[in-house]
Amino acid sequence: MECLIGIRGKDFVLMAGDSVAGRSVVAMKKDHDKMYQLSNRLLMAACGEGGDTVQFAEYIAKNIQLYRMRNGYDLSTKAAASFTRRNLADYLRSSTPYFVNLLIGGYDDSDGADLYYMDYLGSMVKLPFGVHGYGSFFVLSVMDRYYKEDMTRDEALVLLQRCIDEIHERFIINLNSFKVKIVDKEGIHVMKDLRPTTKQPEETPGTQSMDIV
Amino acid sequence: MNGDADKLLAYNGGAVVAMAGKQCVALASDMRFGRDQFQTVSSQFPKLYCLGPRLYLGLTGLISDIQTVSETMQYHVNLYELNERRQVKPHVFTSMLSNHLYAKRFGPFYVESIVAGLQPKTYEPYLASLDILGGTTVSKNFSVTGTCKAQLYGMCEPLWKTDLDSMNLFEVLSQALLNAVDRDALSGWGATVCIIEPDRVTLRTLKARMD
Repeated sequence: MECLIGIRGKDFVLMAGDSVAGRSVVAMKKDHDKMYQLSNRLLMAACGEGGDTVQFAEYIAKNIQLYRMRNGYDLSTKAAASFTRRNLADYLRSSTPYFVNLLIGGYDDSDGADLYYMDYLGSMVKLPFGVHGYGSFFVLSVMDRYYKEDMTRDEALVLLQRCIDEIHERFIINLNSFKVKIVDKEGIHVMKDLRPTTKQPEETPGTQSMDIV
Repeated sequence: MNGDADKLLAYNGGAVVAMAGKQCVALASDMRFGRDQFQTVSSQFPKLYCLGPRLYLGLTGLISDIQTVSETMQYHVNLYELNERRQVKPHVFTSMLSNHLYAKRFGPFYVESIVAGLQPKTYEPYLASLDILGGTTVSKNFSVTGTCKAQLYGMCEPLWKTDLDSMNLFEVLSQALLNAVDRDALSGWGATVCIIEPDRVTLRTLKARMD
């Protein structure tokens, strides 16, 4: 029922995740942030099994920080994503697999902005835009139509708003708030939460009363 | 033995085919990364991995395992070349891969592999295919694997001829792949071909039906 969206722009990655934390039919928290900071310029959005998401995200984040402490510099986005993938794949065949789907967005000086999509089996691919969850069925088509390479931040936000509106229109679960963050050269920036655009109610033609007599 | 194997091998979809020619070998794969059979995540996922100047590995099956196996084999090849101070021969690499796969006999990697390369010095083509447990078959003509294995056999058998030169081999292999994946819902979305000759390796992307 969760939805994660990632869009790669010219020199940034825009990431968004719905902010509903729920169990079964209950929405327990409506302002939950599903994005975890791995380092200054690395952001990971995680969805899936309840405890697994937080446990795995924190485990990866701490290990990325450990690398930084040991070596004095950050892992590149590609290396951090590979490290995460290998961990997911190794744990898959253990007695404690992690059921988490991830989007990793980062910026480094050599490769620029990169977005990596990873599913719970440990398959990873670099994408211009990626979506996890049921929302993907609705959003991927919108992205195929409106996405273009080297978008500006404003254009990406407009595209993201379109995606959120489509989910609100057609997805049966109410995801009415998305946390939004941008990763770029300067670091991770928290943007304003995005909500579906409220439409003006359509004017129904007035019914004319008929005199029966 | 493992009833889930077929289901897991078809989870992501994919196809790889290789053919031998005169002093050359060619390997091709589709570019689809699918999820849960119905969704296409990416059309930029080639399944060919370069492990040496004249040694390529093509893998189909579960993409997570494709990535794990190719990374692990790269590690083994690197270690071999550091220790032995020479390049690994194709048949030796095939044995290494077979051993690595059989080591997981009772919890296998869901990958079906094709090793394509040229023997050092003689530059004779070498083609081998391996199943999920590392069972190896060395071929003289072509090897196929993937969700459209049957369609690929059907295309390769009539098109392949002995001693094709690299240009003709490229044409024959491309047609075999493109037409086979067009009859499979889980493969396609682009194609990439790699021709390995004694003095060069050429990578080409084919114009394919994107459905």
